[in-house]
Amino acid sequence: MLEFLSFPVFFLIICSFYAISCLGLNIQYGFTGLFNVGVAGFFAIGAYTSAILSGPKYPDTLIGGFELPILVAWLAALVTSAIIGLLVGLITLRLREDFLAISTFGIAITIQLVALNLESFTRGPNGLYGLPKPLSGWSEDPAVDNILFLMICFVILLALYLSLERIYKSPWGRVLRSIREDEFAAESMGKDVFSYRLQAFVLGCAIMGLSGAMYANFMRFISPQDFMPIFTIQVYVMLIAGGKGNNLGAILGALMIWGLWSASDSLIALLVTPDFQTQAAAMRLVVIGLVLILMLLYRPAGILPEKKNVSFLKD
Amino acid sequence: MIQFLIDGLINGAIIALGAVGLSISYNVMRFANFAQGEVMAVGAYISLAFVAMMGLGIGRIGPVSFGWPLLVSMMFSILITAIVVLVTDQLVFRMLREKESSRITFIIVAFGLSLIARNVITLIAGGDQQFLSFYIPRAVEVFEGVKIVPDDMLILLITVVCVIGLHTFLNQTLMGKKMRSVAENPSLARVIGINVDHVIKGSWVLGASLAAISGTLHAHITQLDPEMGFELILSMFAALIVGGVSSLYGAVLGGLLIGISEALAVAVGWSSYRGAVSFLILILVLVLRPEGILGEKERDA
Repeated sequence: MLEFLSFPVFFLIICSFYAISCLGLNIQYGFTGLFNVGVAGFFAIGAYTSAILSGPKYPDTLIGGFELPILVAWLAALVTSAIIGLLVGLITLRLREDFLAISTFGIAITIQLVALNLESFTRGPNGLYGLPKPLSGWSEDPAVDNILFLMICFVILLALYLSLERIYKSPWGRVLRSIREDEFAAESMGKDVFSYRLQAFVLGCAIMGLSGAMYANFMRFISPQDFMPIFTIQVYVMLIAGGKGNNLGAILGALMIWGLWSASDSLIALLVTPDFQTQAAAMRLVVIGLVLILMLLYRPAGILPEKKNVSFLKD
Repeated sequence: MIQFLIDGLINGAIIALGAVGLSISYNVMRFANFAQGEVMAVGAYISLAFVAMMGLGIGRIGPVSFGWPLLVSMMFSILITAIVVLVTDQLVFRMLREKESSRITFIIVAFGLSLIARNVITLIAGGDQQFLSFYIPRAVEVFEGVKIVPDDMLILLITVVCVIGLHTFLNQTLMGKKMRSVAENPSLARVIGINVDHVIKGSWVLGASLAAISGTLHAHITQLDPEMGFELILSMFAALIVGGVSSLYGAVLGGLLIGISEALAVAVGWSSYRGAVSFLILILVLVLRPEGILGEKERDA
C-alpha cells in the first residue's frame, strides 16, 4: 500500500540532506558573505564521524565497532565538523576572502584523499557499510522505515529553519549581515569582525556535518565517491537559485534543483542510449554550471530574494 | 636524492608557469581564478588537435623526443586559448565588472566556468585519457647516478625563457608597466589615464598564454584528460600563496617548492597523498607567514 509513496519519500529525504547543507551554507555565504568551497568536505567529515562511531566492527579496520547510539554519533559529527571548521577559520578568516576559498577547496580535496587512502579508518574506496538506520525495524516494510526517517528529517529541518530565522533577526544575525555589507563599518561600530565571522563559519560547518551524518545513517553505506566537489557546486546552485540570505529560499532551492537533477537523471536513463551516457552526464553538468552563472549574472538575488531591511544588497 | 629533486623541478616548473598566470589575474583582476586549471586543459587539448592534424614524428629537434609540430601546435594553442579566454571575459566577467560585483561572485563564477569547461572538453574530446605524444623518457646519464631526460631540460628551459620574457615585458614595455600600476592601485591607475579595461584584456591574454604553454608541456610529459587542470589547481594556488601573491617571482619560487615537495612525498611513498602535500604547505605558510615568502604585507585589505 505504501509502495507508491516510496519514491517521493526517498526524494524528499535526499532533498532534506541538501536543504540542511544549504541552510548551513546560508549562514556562511548568505548571512556573512563567506565563501566556503569545501561544503562536500564538511559533509564528508560528518558522514565519516557518524559512520565510524555508530557503525559495526569491520574485519579490516583499526578503529571502529563502537556501535554508539545514532543520536550520540550525530552530535559527535556536528562537533567534529565544527572543530575542523574552527581550525580552518582560525587560520584563514583574518586573511583575504580568496584565502578562505582556496583553503576550504584544499580541505575538501584533502578529506577526499584521506577517505580514499586511510583504509584502516575508512576502508578506502570500499566504503563503510552496514551502518545503523534510526527508527528502523519497527515494521516488515522498509517503506515504513523511510517514512519514519523522513519524519526525523522534517523535525530537524523545521527546528533548524526556525532557529535560523530567529538568528537572522537577532542582534547577532544583524552583525553578520552588517559584516557582509561593509566589514569596515561593522568594525568601526566596535564589532570584532573576525570573531563573528569565525562563529558563523563554525556554525555553518557544524550544520553541514550534521547533514552528512544523517546521510550516512540513511544510506547505510558511504564511500569517497559520495563526497565529490560537484556536491559543493550543487549546494551553491541551490542556495543562489533559491535566494541567498533567505532561509526559505535555501530550502526551496534545494527542492527545485534536486527535483531538476533527479528528473534529468530519469530522462537520461530513459532517452539516452548507453553509448552516450557519458556525454549526457557531461551535458547536465554544463547546464548546472550555466544555471549558476546565469543566476549570478541576471538574477543574483534568487527566486526568493532576501528582504532588504538593512541596506541595499550589492549584488 | 638528486633524482627526485630533478623530478620535482620539472613538475614545479609547470606548476610555476600556471601559478604565474594565476598571479597575474589575482593581482590585476583581484580574484582567485579557479578556472585557471581549465585554461591549461583547454590549451593542452587545442595543442592535441593541431598535433593530430600535423602528425608528430617529423623533424625531431636534437635529442628531444618530439619535433617542430608540437612547438607549432603550442603557438596555435596560445593564440586560440587567448581568444577563448577573451570571449569568456567579454561574455561573463565584463558584466560582473560593470555591475561591480563582489569578489566572491567572481570566484563563484570562475568555479562555475571551470565546471562548464571540464564538461565541454568531455563532450568534444571524450572523457578518456589521451596522449599528446609517445613520450618515452630516454634518460641520459650526465653525472654518476644522475639521469636527465632531454625533454625535461627543454621544459625547464622554456620555463626560464617565459619567466625572463615576462620580467622584460612587465618592466620594459608600456603595457607591462600599465599592468603593474593597475595591480598596485586600480583607481589611481584609472585617474592617471590608464585604460583599465585594456589592461585587464592584456592580462587575460598573458595568463592564457602561460596556461596554454604549461598545459601543453604538462600534457606532453603526462597525459590529457578533462580533469587535468582541476587536479593541478590546488598546487598552483599553494604555489601562489607560498611564494607570496603580490610577487610574480614568488609564484615561480612557490611553484618549484611545491613541485619538489610533491616529488619528495612520492619518493617517501606517500604518493596517494600527493594532493594533500600542497595543502599542508599552504596551511603552514598561512599560519607562519601569510604574506608568503617573497610577498609584502597587504596594505589595502
